[in-house]
Amino acid sequence: MIAFDNVAYNYGGGELLSEVTLRLAPGSFHFLTGPSGAGKTTFLKLAYAELQATAGRVTIFDRDVRSLTRDDVARTRRRIGVVHQDVQFLDHLPMAANVSLPLTVSGRAGDPRDLTDLLAWVGLGQLADALPPQLSGGERQRAALARAVIMGPDVILADEPTGNLDWEMSLRLLTLLVELNKMGKTILVATHDMNLIRTAKNQVAARVLRIRNRRIQLAGADL
Amino acid sequence: MIDRLRLFLTPDRQADRVVPPTGHTAWLTGFTAGAMTFLAVFALALSMAADRLSDRWSDALSRTATIRISAPPDQMAAQTAAVLEVLRTTPGIAEARALTDDEQRALLTPWFGPDLPVDALPLPRLVEVTEAPEGYDGEGLRQRLLAEAPGAVLDDHTRWRRPLATAAARLNLLGGLSIVLIGAAMAAMITLAANAALAANAQVIRVLRVVGAQDDYIAAAFVRRFTLRALAGSAVGAAAGMIGIALLPPVDEAGGFLTGLGFQGAGWLLPLLLPPVAALVALLATGAAAFRKLRELP
Repeated sequence: MIAFDNVAYNYGGGELLSEVTLRLAPGSFHFLTGPSGAGKTTFLKLAYAELQATAGRVTIFDRDVRSLTRDDVARTRRRIGVVHQDVQFLDHLPMAANVSLPLTVSGRAGDPRDLTDLLAWVGLGQLADALPPQLSGGERQRAALARAVIMGPDVILADEPTGNLDWEMSLRLLTLLVELNKMGKTILVATHDMNLIRTAKNQVAARVLRIRNRRIQLAGADL
Repeated sequence: MIDRLRLFLTPDRQADRVVPPTGHTAWLTGFTAGAMTFLAVFALALSMAADRLSDRWSDALSRTATIRISAPPDQMAAQTAAVLEVLRTTPGIAEARALTDDEQRALLTPWFGPDLPVDALPLPRLVEVTEAPEGYDGEGLRQRLLAEAPGAVLDDHTRWRRPLATAAARLNLLGGLSIVLIGAAMAAMITLAANAALAANAQVIRVLRVVGAQDDYIAAAFVRRFTLRALAGSAVGAAAGMIGIALLPPVDEAGGFLTGLGFQGAGWLLPLLLPPVAALVALLATGAAAFRKLRELP
């Protein structure tokens, strides 16, 4: 799915990530942890080609990111659902239109019943016509998740998806991610919430990666 | 390029909705297109009036000439007859006739009043010459007149026709240049508005990119929006300009050039071409600005 081969990333001031070698296998569930500023968001941006590695090679769906044109990047992103902590919507469009935006931009006409089902699945069935500014933090995150999965992506990348949520809402979002993983989706969640990771490990065979000293390593029993 | 133009011009209500419908760039684009088109209508009217003036002067002057006979009173009739005979036998002369006293008095009336005693003044006799389409040999005619009627001088109007024709042609050129400059200024203003809109909607663009929108799709949404705004603003400007032209005082003989500013007949259709041209300018300007901005944005 997504592979990092000896990847480094340099922001200009210094190296943020170094010697990162990693493969996200199809159907796997990974957590990525590390302190704030360690490079979790950068890692995710490399994984969906918003950034390009300064050294090494990132491969997405067997294609070197460096070889992708701008249009290729756009098409590739349709196969990757992204959920950010600070999720952004088109505030002038109702929530249902925002959720179906990936279909709109790719010229696909979605089935309205599928959209209704999807909104019900994330618990937003009653808020289809609400504008994004009217939604709470948890509702926005669930709407973002719905938007991320509406194209049936192979991979879902979530960057601190529960960062602004209370514990109950975090568990609800985690449950949705676990369900997606059980449907065969590859999931990578960047978070510093250890309780969330421990809870998830009771529900799914998740691997935990940790960024330490610019490198990514598999977390062990010290988690 | 053709595919992009097709994409820009193909209505897509879903795609058009992704761009927020309001903002200061909306009225700025419409106002700019309207104001520029309003000015362009007047520049077009000026250009067409100059064109007509140039044609009128050329037509009126290029086919006529005047022979002025200055001779003692006792020789005037003989020299006039000699001149008319020379003209009758000159190839390329369609018609020649001597002006009557009444006609000469009418020519002088604006300067000296109606009571001018023409008979008492030693005025030269004027002979009006109308040229045949194939034209005549001016230098040859002068030589023959010198031999047959020494007091006759040929004035083919070239001396003062040329500066007038040149002035009219320059005025015509200035009108055309004004339209081009107005179009360029409009393109610049709409480009600025498009850049401002793209910068103000950076979040929209970021969201669209995250969900997999291609640059063509994003650009087309903005380009269509700006093109339609420019078209609407320009249509209003063209209508206002045409009404302004229509309300100018009517043409009359005493009014001269300024009251001739306007359109005639099918010429009234020309301002209707300005809104589509403005829309095309907006389409090209916004398209270029959009792709440039999209390449700059992360």
